[in-house]
Amino acid sequence: MTVKARFRLLIQLARIALRSLAQRKTRTALTMLGVIIGVGAVIVMVSIGEGAKQSVSSRIKGLGTNLLAVRPGFARKGPVRAASVQTLVVEDADAIAKEVKNVAAVSPEIGQSTQVKYLSQNTSTSVVGVTPSWLTVNNFVVKEGRFLDELDERTSRKVAVLGNTVVNELFGGERAVNQTVKIRGVNFQVVGTLEGKGAGGMRDPDDQVLIPLSTARTRLFGTDVLRTLNVQISSEDAMDRAQGEIEDLLRMRHKIAAGAPSDFSIGSQKDLLDTASQVSDTFTALLAAVAAVSLLVGGIGIMNIMLVSVTERTREIGIRKAIGARSRDILFQFLVESVVLSGIGGLLGVGAGVGGSRIVGMVGSWQTTVAPGAITLAFGVAMGIGVFFGLYPAHKASKLDPIEALRHE
Amino acid sequence: MIRLVGIEKDYVMGGEVVPALREVNLHIPKGSFVAIMGPSGSGKSTLMNILGCLDRPTRGQYFLDGEDVSDLSDDELAGIRNRKIGFVFQSFNLLHHSTAAENVALPLVYAGAENQHARALEALRKVQLDHRADHRPSELSGGQRQRVAIARAIITDPPILFADEPTGNLDSKTSDEILGIFEGLYRSGSTIVMVTHERDVAEHAARIITFRDGRLLSDETLEKPARAGSGGAP
Repeated sequence: MTVKARFRLLIQLARIALRSLAQRKTRTALTMLGVIIGVGAVIVMVSIGEGAKQSVSSRIKGLGTNLLAVRPGFARKGPVRAASVQTLVVEDADAIAKEVKNVAAVSPEIGQSTQVKYLSQNTSTSVVGVTPSWLTVNNFVVKEGRFLDELDERTSRKVAVLGNTVVNELFGGERAVNQTVKIRGVNFQVVGTLEGKGAGGMRDPDDQVLIPLSTARTRLFGTDVLRTLNVQISSEDAMDRAQGEIEDLLRMRHKIAAGAPSDFSIGSQKDLLDTASQVSDTFTALLAAVAAVSLLVGGIGIMNIMLVSVTERTREIGIRKAIGARSRDILFQFLVESVVLSGIGGLLGVGAGVGGSRIVGMVGSWQTTVAPGAITLAFGVAMGIGVFFGLYPAHKASKLDPIEALRHE
Repeated sequence: MIRLVGIEKDYVMGGEVVPALREVNLHIPKGSFVAIMGPSGSGKSTLMNILGCLDRPTRGQYFLDGEDVSDLSDDELAGIRNRKIGFVFQSFNLLHHSTAAENVALPLVYAGAENQHARALEALRKVQLDHRADHRPSELSGGQRQRVAIARAIITDPPILFADEPTGNLDSKTSDEILGIFEGLYRSGSTIVMVTHERDVAEHAARIITFRDGRLLSDETLEKPARAGSGGAP
């Protein structure tokens, strides 16, 4: 047979396959529905996962750019992680600012969880002693009034700036600036409030009260021990080098012998982002795997209906074979049917998935992001399933004995 | 056209070998009209399946149109059926969902041939059914369905036509029409082998071969074959 004749044959076999699908509309539609739901579910699930990943990473990026966070380490008593060691102090922050290159700003924090009162209202919040650089390092914006300044710091004034959550808790709708709040029985004047960032992760960044570092050291907590030391680096390229220098400097200052573990840890946002995206990738994979089960069930539906179809059409297959159809002609005809079922089902499933993701994004509290990769993957898997689950019924059809098949009623 | 040399066919049933054909030697020259007769179980259906290349003999050689087809693969046999053989069955064996013309064109589909529809109409014209080309089998009478089947059998101009009880499902008047078509094809040079168990149907052929118990029992040539009273191919 010439190539042209062979091609003509394949076209006609495909047409025969399409016609027999069209003749059984309800069955075709229901079988496709399995694939549509499978593909749609995979796309929606991956979109939810991707959306979660993006919202987490945008929140992490919102914490500030080019930031290294130095935190005190933990003293170990056997296998138990005990209280944090008290070696990271304010002087370390000054040393970093002075000696490490490419440092744009240093923001040490002394903080404790404390009751804050305004008249009869009171709330438990985090009171943090910070320097004026805290505002820019942490990407916060002043809503009303002003932030802490150098004068507050130098003179250890009893002034405070309130986070949005604290303002709502204590003042409700009232104006907070110029009011006086009591922190551990000491009166502080509110000089400003901050724009809210919205809750993200485990801690609410708006649930804190900021006071001058010197006030926290001398008047309130009486300690130099830092909770956190954020260091802003001037450029992203200098991050790794600065991290190394800070590490060396602090190890020297803390007199840690070579080879011994550090009593502090330095984390960058990149580390945080990497961890977060690893977590959400796992989450996405899990969701997709659950959805993929329904795609698999859709594939089994195709195989089931194709097997029924082969049995019903045994006589037709016998006639075709008697008239000169080769095994591969029959195989091709039935394979086209299952691939068309899964292919069209897959396409409609992509539509359903994209539409479903939009709806979930609008109605639910999740952000969804339709990933093109997920669409290609889900559609490709659907096509693969069509071939895989169509092969057995088509093979069965192609191997029928024409004499037996013609006898079939 | 057809030469069988020592053809034997065994079936295995429940572990036991049951011979269906034994030592069949037969020669059918080009342009013959042969009827094969015999009671059920005589082996005539088995022979028909082997002649029609739907089955292979257990032993022996089968030459069709000069080619030894006894040991061909399934797909090679399918090719032979497509190019060299036209089938007419007792139960018509048409595709229900396809029109008469589409049924007739089916052998051309598997040949990948050109001008399928035009050639199908041409074949239907030969059996005087071109006016019913777009009808489905369910809209046709038994005789018309068998004429569609004949048109399908002759569309590729095969060297040989096999008819398996072609009048078995038809009344006597329609049977006569169908036999008339076969006579017409015979007169215009076709080679036809027809299986029947009715003597008066067989007498339309020029030669009658009788089988019994898997063996060739008799082979007679008729001086004056019966003629169909009316109808017939143009």
